Amino acid sequence: MTPAAATRRRARSPALASRAVLGTLGLLGVGAVLEVIPRTGLVSPRYLPPSSEIAVALVREAAGAAFWRALLDTAIGWALGLAIAVVAGVVLGVVLGSVRALRAATASTIEFLRPIPSVALIPVAVLLFGAQLRSVLLLVVYAAFWPMLLQVIHGVADVDPVARDTALSYRFTAWAKIRYVLWPTGLPYIMTGLRLSAAVALILAITAELVIGAPGLGKEIGLAQASSAVPAMYALILVVTSVRLEAAA
Amino acid sequence: MTPLLDVRHVRKVYDGHGRTVEAIRDLSFSCAPGELVCIVGPSGAGKTTLLKCVAGLLAPTGGEVVLGDVRVDGPPPGMAVVFQEYGRSLFPWLTAWDNVALPLRQRRTPPGELRRLVDGALGEVGLADVHAAYPWQLSGGMQQRVAIARAIAYEPRILLMDEPFAAVDAQTRADLEDLTRSLWRRHAMTILFVTHDIDEAVYMGQRVVILSASPTVVLEDLAIDLPGERDQLATRSTPRFAELRARVYARIQQAKQRSTT
Ligand SMILES: Nc1ncnc2c1ncn2[C@@H]1O[C@H](COP(=O)(O)OP(=O)(O)OP(=O)(O)O)[C@@H](O)[C@H]1O
Ligand SMILES: [Mg+2]
Repeated sequence: MTPAAATRRRARSPALASRAVLGTLGLLGVGAVLEVIPRTGLVSPRYLPPSSEIAVALVREAAGAAFWRALLDTAIGWALGLAIAVVAGVVLGVVLGSVRALRAATASTIEFLRPIPSVALIPVAVLLFGAQLRSVLLLVVYAAFWPMLLQVIHGVADVDPVARDTALSYRFTAWAKIRYVLWPTGLPYIMTGLRLSAAVALILAITAELVIGAPGLGKEIGLAQASSAVPAMYALILVVTSVRLEAAA
Repeated sequence: MTPLLDVRHVRKVYDGHGRTVEAIRDLSFSCAPGELVCIVGPSGAGKTTLLKCVAGLLAPTGGEVVLGDVRVDGPPPGMAVVFQEYGRSLFPWLTAWDNVALPLRQRRTPPGELRRLVDGALGEVGLADVHAAYPWQLSGGMQQRVAIARAIAYEPRILLMDEPFAAVDAQTRADLEDLTRSLWRRHAMTILFVTHDIDEAVYMGQRVVILSASPTVVLEDLAIDLPGERDQLATRSTPRFAELRARVYARIQQAKQRSTT
């Protein structure tokens, strides 16, 4: 019996195994299948090396300083870009959400700019900054800014009119209005915006590194592919995937 | 005596999304200092709209509201509002005590005085023992009491109340009516009390301003010549009370017939 079959049999009686165990078994099962397929020659090992080789490459990568340097570069581009986008999105969102005239005046501009895919700005980034962190930041900030902005505008619009009138008629200070009226209503929206922005920011960070060649995991993937280090490439893709899962959680 | 509040030819047209609603056509009346004036009108007459214009929360399309001798063009100091939706007017993540204290903090009231005012106001509405409760732990009537305590602690010159008891049961409502009247007499405030309930208007007010249905005008400004000391049972069973309420009722019915024919 193959491990995958064992997983399936256990899955039928979930009372016997916890979810974590099932999940691990599932991953092991997939690993086993990916080990077997290249060895049977179904797919050429040149494109899809057996998972054991990928694991070895992963260990080798993790032992080198370049890998950690790249991981750090990616993390910096992601976090810095996300931070800028979040601050800009919250501030602008509060302003646009509060001032109806401003919102009306900017609505068409936003509807025009928002659908521009961030990757379409890659040439602009290259022209402006070349293969540098700043190119990554431009793309990350642009992509992560919109979800945040829209969430905050929705959050401000969701403020209860009675609560707002209460704050106005008791002449709350601007700070108190933010602290007691805006913040409690807006917080869940900000959290949603943060989740969306964080995920899209990571995609753009990796894409920018991969395409532009700015330092980071994306660039390493590109290098591994160019030098036919296919197991290393898959190992790096695995790393990126797990980072992404972390960011989304 | 010069009026404290003067509503002069206020008109309000809501204009938005291709739909214009003339909520108020032309309203004029005034309140002397220390008066308790009831505004009564059918649902949709624009009572909330009027109150928001008076409170400076809404700009009238025409006419003006003058408080003291200043034209209202934003929430003025010395004015408190008790909203119909007490549940949404209290801040759910603050205790009853902090809800009452919050407006005073905006004025930088010194801590000693703040404590005296908040404790005093909660005591006056009979909530001395629920300082630490959150609004959602209180009944509807208790929540509205907290909102009233918040207004009292603020020591307003004028208190606006928008159908404050429409959502509580009859017994609680009667208690809150008496509470409001006793607070009014003790604090010498001016109160503008909006209701759609004719009995409530006659029982509460020194004067009743009767509004027509939309497009809204003042039908009559009626003095309520009942004695100052009122009692839910005794006052409501006097012949004069019956006369006054019949008069208000007839006035509203008459206007309805005229508008439909
Ligand atoms: N923000 C708004 N935009 C457009 N129309 C409005 C708005 N607020 C109120 N109206 C309209 O104005 C009219 C008066 O509304 P208002 O809420 O002032 O009545 P009301 O006398 O307080 O009614 P109720 O007794 O039901 O509380 C209604 O026809 C209503 O549809
Ligand atoms: Mg109303």
